[in-house]
Amino acid sequence: MSENAIATLTLASPEEVAGRHLAHHFDTPQQQFDSGKLGMWLFLGTEFLLFSGLFCAYAVYRMLHPQIFIYASRYLDPVSGALCTLVLVTSGFTMAWAIRCAQLGKRTGLIIALLLTIAGGFGFLVIHGYEYFEEYQQHLMWGTHYHPAVNAPRQQVVVAKSGAVGGSWSQLDQLGKQGYLVAHSNIAPAAIGPAGPALAQQPTASFTAASVTAAAAQPHNVQIFFGIYFLMTGLHSIHVIVGIILLTYLLVRAIRKDFGPGYYAPVDFIGLYWGVVDMIWMFLFPLLYLIH
Amino acid sequence: MTTTTAEIGGHAWEHAPIGGNYLNEGKGIKSWLFTLDHKRIGLMYLISGLTMFFIGGMLAMVIRTQLLVPNGLIFHGSYEAYKHYNQVFTLHGIIMVFMVLVPIPPGALGNFVLPLMIGAKDVAFPRLNLLSYYLYVTGAIMAVVSTLLGAVDTGWTFYTPFSIQTETYVVWMVLGIFLLGFSSILTGLNFIVTIHKLRAPGMKWFRMPVFVWASYATSIIQVAATPVLGVTLLLLVAERVMGVGIFNSALGGDPVLFQDFFWFYSHPAVYIMILPAMGIVGEIITVFSRKPIFGYKFIVMSSLAIALIGFVVWGHHLFVNGQSAEWDAIFSFMTFFVAVPSAVKVFNWLATMYKGAISLTTPMLYALSFIVLFTIGGFTGVILGALATNVVLHDTYFVVAHFHYVMMGGTIIAFIGGLHYWWPKMFGRMYNETLGRITCVMLFIGINLTFFPQFIVGAEGMPRRYATYLPQYQPYMIASTVGAYIQLAAFVLMAGYLIHSLVRGKKAAANPWGASTLDWSMASPPTTGNFQHMPVITQGPYHYEDMEYDGRLGGFVHVEPVPALAGVGSEH
Ligand code: HEM
Ligand SMILES: [Cu+2]
Repeated sequence: MSENAIATLTLASPEEVAGRHLAHHFDTPQQQFDSGKLGMWLFLGTEFLLFSGLFCAYAVYRMLHPQIFIYASRYLDPVSGALCTLVLVTSGFTMAWAIRCAQLGKRTGLIIALLLTIAGGFGFLVIHGYEYFEEYQQHLMWGTHYHPAVNAPRQQVVVAKSGAVGGSWSQLDQLGKQGYLVAHSNIAPAAIGPAGPALAQQPTASFTAASVTAAAAQPHNVQIFFGIYFLMTGLHSIHVIVGIILLTYLLVRAIRKDFGPGYYAPVDFIGLYWGVVDMIWMFLFPLLYLIH
Repeated sequence: MTTTTAEIGGHAWEHAPIGGNYLNEGKGIKSWLFTLDHKRIGLMYLISGLTMFFIGGMLAMVIRTQLLVPNGLIFHGSYEAYKHYNQVFTLHGIIMVFMVLVPIPPGALGNFVLPLMIGAKDVAFPRLNLLSYYLYVTGAIMAVVSTLLGAVDTGWTFYTPFSIQTETYVVWMVLGIFLLGFSSILTGLNFIVTIHKLRAPGMKWFRMPVFVWASYATSIIQVAATPVLGVTLLLLVAERVMGVGIFNSALGGDPVLFQDFFWFYSHPAVYIMILPAMGIVGEIITVFSRKPIFGYKFIVMSSLAIALIGFVVWGHHLFVNGQSAEWDAIFSFMTFFVAVPSAVKVFNWLATMYKGAISLTTPMLYALSFIVLFTIGGFTGVILGALATNVVLHDTYFVVAHFHYVMMGGTIIAFIGGLHYWWPKMFGRMYNETLGRITCVMLFIGINLTFFPQFIVGAEGMPRRYATYLPQYQPYMIASTVGAYIQLAAFVLMAGYLIHSLVRGKKAAANPWGASTLDWSMASPPTTGNFQHMPVITQGPYHYEDMEYDGRLGGFVHVEPVPALAGVGSEH
């Protein structure tokens, strides 16, 4: 759009602006908006259905093997999960605020709200990415990549919750260099299993015995849980990334003064998408993190 | 109506010269590749789809030639050779299902006809429509690439665990099909919104032609079932690339879960294939019987019923695959149940023809062939849906014969019939009627000769998907192959007279068949904007008393002012 067009746009009444954005095959802006909205809802329905396959797999395996889910879910860090939830909910509110601003033609508000929403998206990815990283470190992965320390030879395992051990991180790293398998993180330690005894202070003989018991209590095929966990959260994270791209596109257009009372459909529709991405997480969080 | 043209100065249709049409308004390859016109996109789908149909057809000829002799005429003697046979039938199946039967009836005919039928200038989202076409093309290209790298040999069903173990390029192929699925979702979504929001004034729901209703039902399935295929295919990719284990029993997963997921999509998908075909047949039969369709609401409701019940019968593909006896019984019952609305349609078509003034034109012959072939296919489906018989017939040629009767005899025949029916509207030319009829009869004979013997050998126990067979089946296999060559000849003849018609064909009138639906209310071919004046509809879709054949025009004209097509300016 040329400079000129922008100038006239800002002067034009909402109705005129709406008319400008009307495609040739629609009769009225209302018809066009309603069509877009219906299309968007249908699309979001297909998004739910896309996830529904994974929810189905989840339901089937949880029904058949509840012990795997109870056992494995305690490996996950509910604090990190709750933080993710908090960040996403907040970004949901800022998105709603962005839509309101667009409808009222408040450009600065719109830009701020969009920036906050994008920040929320990134915040989610960072928190969740860190959790992935921890899981990766402890070999809590899917399928063939599932080798938690609890399955490793006993004498080589050292476990510590960060700060809980007498020594410092660097001491633990030192142990790691000596060939010990070191697990240190905020996740319930992989080496003694999530159902294991209270955290050991030191790598001692009694601790090793405890981890043996824990290993014995480990149900078969725990990796199935992690397969489902990574697929569900991974697909969700991809949606968050797509959402961030779409929000950035909105931001660019908002800066270009494209939106106002006469034309805000894209903000509305992408807002819907963001809402659904939030909502899917609201299902994932309790289903994966809060199993008792 | 005309208040909205300011924004879209670039669109050719506004400046269309008198006598112009969508084919010649806008010249050059770019005006096609970037077109947003639903008719042009429809034509591009048509050409791509026919290309894929040709490739898939050639693969079919390879299969039939191989099976002329018990030890195999083309691939024999080594493991490698038999593997090639597996690759050939796999590609044949994948191309025909995912690149022809599912996308092309909606993509080509639906795109062209549906907006015309409801009095719209285009589909709701023209850009999405074009995107959907290019997703189709990209998906097809990925399939070709995977074939060149290492053609898949799993069968079109990709059953695990073999699809996890085989060394062929499953991932590429599966991602290609994922894109095809995405394309299909977008088409369905576009059609649903178009039907909801873009109907012309007065086009109430129950004034829509049955083809529109059929497309609506199809779109619902496309939108509701395809995402599940998408996630299933992604899981398969994750299985191969990451070793996730959900479908791998070695890692605690369940291979049969894949089958459940796959058929949760693929059974509804067979209705994606057959519903547009039923819609086409409905249109043809009423026009050439010169009688409004019998039991219009039953036809409409049965389309919707098929779409809905189709979601709860997938287990009939798993009767012998470890499904529990209770579920077997439920799925068997539901399968019987879904046959009912299909039968309702057949009775309605027959009743429409009863005492009608039937003219046996080429499209009508196709519609009649459809009824016969689909009925055979449907009945044998019920036989397969019965538990006791299924145990014997599963994975035999009986199943192959069943689905070819419904897919080839049903969907393809109806599609070709629809192509002949709308050909004058699409290209403004008439084809040679005599050759058209001869071709149809050839196809009818060819299809029966190809697939009927397969019921017999199947019932006698010949398994499907093998490169060789016992000598006792040879006479049937020869008949089958001869039938396939008759079909090939018919298609060559058809290509000949259709292409000839484009160059030499008689100019088509606006309404050569005397149809009363809106798609025949404008010149053939239509202009880019479809309607000069927004039509206002005041009655149902089918009414034949008010038109008469005019020999000079070669088409029908209205003998009295017809309210349905009265043009109005902009007030409504
Ligand atoms: C009247 C309704 C129908 C019934 C009751 C029915 C029933 C069945 C049953 C029970 C099977 C499973 C056979 C087996 O593998 O043991 C089957 C297979 C199949 N049907 Fe149908 N069917 C019907 C209509 C259709 C239609 C309309 C289509 C497609 C246009 C179709 C396509 C297929 C295909 C492709 C297969 C085989 C898939 C494979 O294993 O490769 N069917 N049908
Ligand atoms: Cu089925």
